[in-house]
Amino acid sequence: MSEMWTAKLRNKWQKELPIEKLLPDDQPAYVASWIYVFGVLTLAALAMIIFSGIILAFQGPAWYHTSDNGKFVNSLHFWSVQLFFVFMVVHLWGKFWMAAWRGNRFATWATGAVAFIASIATAFTGYLVQTNFDSQWISFEAKDGFNSVGVGAWFTVTNLGQMLLLHVAFLPLILGVITFVHVLMVRKRGVVPPIDAHESSVSEVGR
Amino acid sequence: MTGWIADFMNHPATYLKSGWFQISVTNLVVILLMLTIFACAVLIPFPKDKDGHKK
Repeated sequence: MSEMWTAKLRNKWQKELPIEKLLPDDQPAYVASWIYVFGVLTLAALAMIIFSGIILAFQGPAWYHTSDNGKFVNSLHFWSVQLFFVFMVVHLWGKFWMAAWRGNRFATWATGAVAFIASIATAFTGYLVQTNFDSQWISFEAKDGFNSVGVGAWFTVTNLGQMLLLHVAFLPLILGVITFVHVLMVRKRGVVPPIDAHESSVSEVGR
Repeated sequence: MTGWIADFMNHPATYLKSGWFQISVTNLVVILLMLTIFACAVLIPFPKDKDGHKK
């Protein structure tokens, strides 16, 4: 029975990411850094974006373009995105200068970088589905760019239906999965020690 | 949108231009703000508790 794929998967999971690593109650001293506060702030902003986005999806543009409550939630969604990018870029800059891919942590760095790219795509489609003059301007400028590189017929920025579905379904799913894997990798590999840390002073290196 | 915010926002962006390089004042302000926040995140010491441990 131990040959079953479920048992293999369970054994691999328990070996590589036991519950003590997944939900730790202690961290090395060097985790006490503002750079990680900005990582958590990024996650908080993402949670607010998803929460406000779900409300917008249920209520629709006739609500969020006209009513006071709708305009408030619409603005909450928009400004959460602005803060999300500021927090994420500060976290990314910090991790770049820490060379956070050291110690077998390439997957942690790479998932973070790919999450940044996926966020740009998600935000871009969001700008295109505002259904106002701003989105009309952006889409008509962008179509020339996408046509010039030959993908305009496949990724049609002036197609509101396509952009809306990509923005509310496909891209958030991709971004959510990458972000989830990124956090799992942080738990699995641990946070990268400082560059000048002596081996003996670094706890849980490469755990 | 009403009041001073409308007056502040309802006009075309101001651009700075030097040869081939062009940037809106708004984008420049946002970039400088982010660099300032990053510098603060690196330079401001993380709070410590009474025993000297980082919180």
